[in-house]
Amino acid sequence: MSVEVSHLRKTFGQYTALDDVSLAVPRGRLTALLGPSGSGKTTLLRIIAGLEMPDPGSGAIRFHGQDVSQTPVGARRVGFVFQHYALFRHLSVFDNVAFGLTVRPKATRPSKAEIRERVHHLLRLVQLDGYERRLPSQLSGGQRQRVALARALAVEPEVLLLDEPFGALDARVRKDLRRWLRQLHEEVHLTTIFVTHDQEEALEIADEVVVMNQARIEQTGTPESVYDHPASPFVYEFLGNVNRLSLPSAGFASADAFDERSGRIAYVRPHDIDIELPHSGLTGEAALVRHIHAAGAVAHLTCARESRPSELIEVEISRQRLAELALTPGTAVRLRMRRAHQFAEDFAI
Amino acid sequence: MAAATTSRLARPAVLAGPRLHRDPVWLRRTLIGLALAFLALFLLLPLAAVFTEALRRGLGAYFAAFGDADALAAIRLTFLATAIAVPANLVFGVAAAWAIAKFEFPGKSVLLTLIDLPFAVSPVISGLIYVLIFGAQGWIGPWLIEHDLKVIFATPGIVLATTFVTFPFVARELIPLMQSQGNDEELAALTLGASGWQIFRRVTLPNIKWGLLYGVILCNARAMGEFGAVSVVSGHIRGETNTIPLHVEILYNEYNFVAAFAVASLLALLALLTLVLKSIVEWRARRTASESS
Repeated sequence: MSVEVSHLRKTFGQYTALDDVSLAVPRGRLTALLGPSGSGKTTLLRIIAGLEMPDPGSGAIRFHGQDVSQTPVGARRVGFVFQHYALFRHLSVFDNVAFGLTVRPKATRPSKAEIRERVHHLLRLVQLDGYERRLPSQLSGGQRQRVALARALAVEPEVLLLDEPFGALDARVRKDLRRWLRQLHEEVHLTTIFVTHDQEEALEIADEVVVMNQARIEQTGTPESVYDHPASPFVYEFLGNVNRLSLPSAGFASADAFDERSGRIAYVRPHDIDIELPHSGLTGEAALVRHIHAAGAVAHLTCARESRPSELIEVEISRQRLAELALTPGTAVRLRMRRAHQFAEDFAI
Repeated sequence: MAAATTSRLARPAVLAGPRLHRDPVWLRRTLIGLALAFLALFLLLPLAAVFTEALRRGLGAYFAAFGDADALAAIRLTFLATAIAVPANLVFGVAAAWAIAKFEFPGKSVLLTLIDLPFAVSPVISGLIYVLIFGAQGWIGPWLIEHDLKVIFATPGIVLATTFVTFPFVARELIPLMQSQGNDEELAALTLGASGWQIFRRVTLPNIKWGLLYGVILCNARAMGEFGAVSVVSGHIRGETNTIPLHVEILYNEYNFVAAFAVASLLALLALLTLVLKSIVEWRARRTASESS
C-alpha cells in the first residue's frame, strides 16, 4: 500500500511542527524520515498513524488512494512501534504480541489455536522463540524492540511505522538491529516508514530518504541521489561531513564552471579531495597539513589554506596514499577538488 | 578547579552515612529515646488504654457492648455508609485521575483544586454546608419536606458527608502514579485496535491496581472513622443515625466507659487491619514496580 500525504499543516500553539508537507511513499518500500530533532519528522509519522490530527482543513492522508484523514487510529491498520517500545509491562511477551488479536470483536477474532500459531510464527520471525513467558522487564533493549515489532506485525498492518526504532539502544546493538530490520523488510515487504536523526542509519537501510528540516521536507530520493546531489546546503551538511570552501580557489579544474565571485561558497566532501605534493607540478589549492588522524580504514587530515589560514579543510585519503606521500603535520600540499557543489540561492553576506 | 567543584558536590552523598555515626553517643541515644517516648505516649499508650478500658470488666462485659441494639445499628450504619462511599469514590477517583493524568484540557488545575477541597475544608464545615443546603431551613429543604424526603438527620446525609470527606483518597493516590506511567501503552493499545474500554480494563487498570487498592484502603479507613462531618448531619438519633464513632461519643458522655471503649476497640482493630493491609499492598506495589522498571 502506498502512503500519500498532501499539504499537511500542524501547529502546537505558536509552534509550527509541519508546514505544508506533501509526501508520497511508494508501496512496499522502506522509507526513512531523516532530520534533526524538532524538524517535524515524528509529528508527521504520528499524523500518518492517526495519533495526531493535522490542523483542521489542512491537507489529507491517503492510503492507496483512499482518504483516511477521518479514520480513527484503530481502523487505519497501521503497525506503530514506539521509541521506548511501550510494551504492556504487566503482560508476558506472548500476551503482548497477541494483544492486537485478542481485542478484536468475537466475529473477527481468530481462535485460540490460530492466535498461538501466529504469535509463535512472529516470535520466530523476530528471533525470540522461547521467550514467550518472559515479562518485558526481563528482556534487553534490543529484545524489547523486537517484541514491539512483532506486536505491531501481529495485526497484519498495511503500513509499518517506526519512531526512532534504534534511538534508545547502544551503538553495537543498533548496528546489528538495523541490518536485521533491513533483512526483515526483504522478507515481509511491508510499506515501512521509520523516523531517525541518524544519517548513517537512514542511508544504510532505506530505499528512500526524506530529509526534513524546520517543519518542511528538504529533499526526497534514494540514499545515493540525496547524498550525491543534495538539493540544499542543509541536506549537504546533514548527510555526512562537508567542507565549506570560500571562493575563489585554485583547487578546481578549469572545466568546473563556478561562480568564482568573492564571497561565494563551494561545498566539497572530504573524500572528494585529492592531495598532491607541490613539486608534482599539478595545480591546486595551496595548504598546510595541520593534523593527521589515521586510526581506521581511511586517514583523516585537517589542512589549513595558505591564502586563508583560518579556513580548515578536512580531507580523507587511503592510508596507502598517506604513506606514499609521507605526509606529516606541517607538510605543504596542493588540494584538488574532484567534485564540488554550489547552490544558486546561497548568497553569503 | 574542576576537581574542587566535583569533590564539593560529591561530599554530601559520600559523607552523609559516616557523619551520622560520628554524632556523640549521648546525642544519638537522646534523640532515639525522645522518638520512642513520643511514639509510646501518643500512639501505643492510647491504643493500650482502649483495650485495657474495654476489658476492665472482663470479656463478658466487652461482648455485651456489641449485643446492644443501638450498637448493632451503629455498626450497620457505618458499614452501609462505607459500602456506598468507597465504591462511589473508587469510580470518581479513577475517572478523575484518568482525566487529569492522561488528557490536557482547560480547567485542569481547577479540577485538581476541587479534588483537594475535602482535605482543605474542616469536616465540620463540610457537614454544615450540607445542613445549609438540605436542612429544613436550607435552600432545598422545604422542597424535600414537601416531597417527604429526608437527607439531614437521616442516612442519605450521612452517606453524602462520608463520601465528600473521603473523596480525595483514591484520586490523590492515582494521579502521580498515572502521570509517571505516561500514555504510551494506551496509545500502543489504540494502534492495535483496542476500544476505549478494552484499553482501560486491559492496560490502564492492571498498571494501577496496587495504587488503586492502596487508595481504597485509606479511603475505607477514613470512611469508617469519620466523625466531624457526620456528627453535624446525623442528629444523633440512637439506633437510627448514629455511626460507630458517634455511638462511642454518646456512650462515653453517659459514663458507660466499658461499652464506649469496647466499641472504640472495634475501630482500633479496623485501623490495625488497615495498617497490615496497607503494608502488604505497599510491599507488593514496590515489588511490581522494581520488576517492571
